[in-house]
Amino acid sequence: MNSQSNAMPESALKSQAIAPAVISSTRPLYWALRRELWENRFVYIAPLAVGAVFLIGYLISLAHLPAQMRRLLNADPEQYREAILTPYNIAAAFMMGTYILVTLFYCAEALHSERRDRSILFWKSLPVSDLITVLAKATIPFIVLPLLTFAITLVLQFIVLLLSSAVLLASGLSVASLWTRLPVVEMSLLMLYHIVTAHALWPAPIYCWLMLVSGWARRAAFLWAALPLVAIAGVEKIAFHTQYFATLVGYRLIGGSAPMGYAPTDIFPTDPMTHIMPGNFLGSPSLWIGLAIAAAFLAAAVRLRRYQGPI
Amino acid sequence: MACIEAHGVRKTFGTTVALDGVDLSVEEGHILGLIGPNGAGKTTALNAILGLIPYQGQLRVVGRDPWNERDQLMRDVCFIADVAVLPRWIRVSQVLEYVAGVHPRFDRSKAESFLRKTTIKHNTKVRELSKGMVTQLHLALVMAIDAKLLVLDEPTLGLDILYRKQFYDSLLNDYFDRSRTILVTTHQVEEVQHVLTDLVFIDRGRIVLGCSMEEFESRYAEVTVRPEHLAAARALKPIYESQLMGRSILLFDRVDRQQLVPLGDVRTPSIADVFVAVIGNQAGQAEGAAE
Repeated sequence: MNSQSNAMPESALKSQAIAPAVISSTRPLYWALRRELWENRFVYIAPLAVGAVFLIGYLISLAHLPAQMRRLLNADPEQYREAILTPYNIAAAFMMGTYILVTLFYCAEALHSERRDRSILFWKSLPVSDLITVLAKATIPFIVLPLLTFAITLVLQFIVLLLSSAVLLASGLSVASLWTRLPVVEMSLLMLYHIVTAHALWPAPIYCWLMLVSGWARRAAFLWAALPLVAIAGVEKIAFHTQYFATLVGYRLIGGSAPMGYAPTDIFPTDPMTHIMPGNFLGSPSLWIGLAIAAAFLAAAVRLRRYQGPI
Repeated sequence: MACIEAHGVRKTFGTTVALDGVDLSVEEGHILGLIGPNGAGKTTALNAILGLIPYQGQLRVVGRDPWNERDQLMRDVCFIADVAVLPRWIRVSQVLEYVAGVHPRFDRSKAESFLRKTTIKHNTKVRELSKGMVTQLHLALVMAIDAKLLVLDEPTLGLDILYRKQFYDSLLNDYFDRSRTILVTTHQVEEVQHVLTDLVFIDRGRIVLGCSMEEFESRYAEVTVRPEHLAAARALKPIYESQLMGRSILLFDRVDRQQLVPLGDVRTPSIADVFVAVIGNQAGQAEGAAE
């Protein structure tokens, strides 16, 4: 270990002679994202915890699974399908609810915590631009959490399938009808589609608005983000006796999610957003208007971070 | 090429003028102390140099426009703003990984060998380190970066005397070479006096004194005047006079030492003494002007 003794000018000269390692433009983005995951461990811990809690609940429910399946043997096919799909839908609903909660919380903190703990001075002392930093933060609600939610839900549903099969086999019931009537592949694809459309792209302006306010507010970012919305809705209600704005925001936030459907095509809500028809979804102007607004909020957040220091 | 080149840099916050037309030129290979009272504009000046705040006027740092090129600038510039800026949640190993990941001029093995000389463990979180250790960690990171300019804003604030001494020793012995430039602000003037090559006093957003330390030493003289020579000494127009245990201590600016030697004991004053004289006089003049 002779490096200790040669931390001297000559080694400084040596290291200058070596060409500095070339850092590609994606590397800072990658490391900025790693930083977000180190700093905000709840981003993955919360969904994992909710998944674990769901499994505990499901394990308890297994006690009366054989009896339920025996009852269903004589029921009509539609009823049977509804019954066997229920745990899968609950798993998905749990995970998506968690996704929304974690995202709202994360976005309201995104550009706030580094100013609060003054570490923004450290982050800004490194060659990472504000654009990269904000993009890395936006990756969490738009890429990391959707994929994580999808992956965890898939694992949960797989475990549910294995456990229910095991219990049914152990109690001498056939699993053939369970496996044949469960549209596993369609269910997964539909779920991914639903997460991306209804929970990532559609509410994008809300997430980005929260991020923007988190970069501006000195404290209580969530409050400052919500207040203007409440104010606009309130003024509209009093002045014009209408509630378009409130409806618009609410519709954006929960993606027009209907309560869990029961038929496979209905598992994930289909309402005006016509989830099952990507053409309709991608062709709807309101999607693109929303995305444009989201991009504008993000651009403003990048610009804002340039001016912001510790609070 | 000058490392920092400022012409008429102004910065106002509302009606408060933080920088009032600062002209500054810092050559490569110098260690410049930026000294000033609280609220003089030191931190504002550093923030402008680091691209953290917009400003009016012209400013080039290592050949770049700090406000518009902060991220590229930070490949060549490092700064330690004060001990509290490392995120408290981060682990030592994580911060090493992160800097190695984003900084093209970071030599991780160098940082690690510096850390091995301390008691800091890789698995520790910053919040578990003492204030002095956080500074050691930050210094280890900064010293492993092959930067052209290092900016230190009160780097040793709140540290005990051992850490403070160690900090400047490391900086001089392991980091500084003639191709690097260091800009430091501190209130602990006496600790940096032997470190600096250049000195700038700043007060109310203006530079009131700028000179090299050699110039400083030849220009200023402090004389403990024998009572019988007091009148003669005062005739030479000292810039400051103070009393210490019944003796008069007079500070002279640009007075020939040959004239001073017969009057009493002549010494090179400390930066702090000159600071009090120069800034104190400024304040007096300002009050006089206001009346």
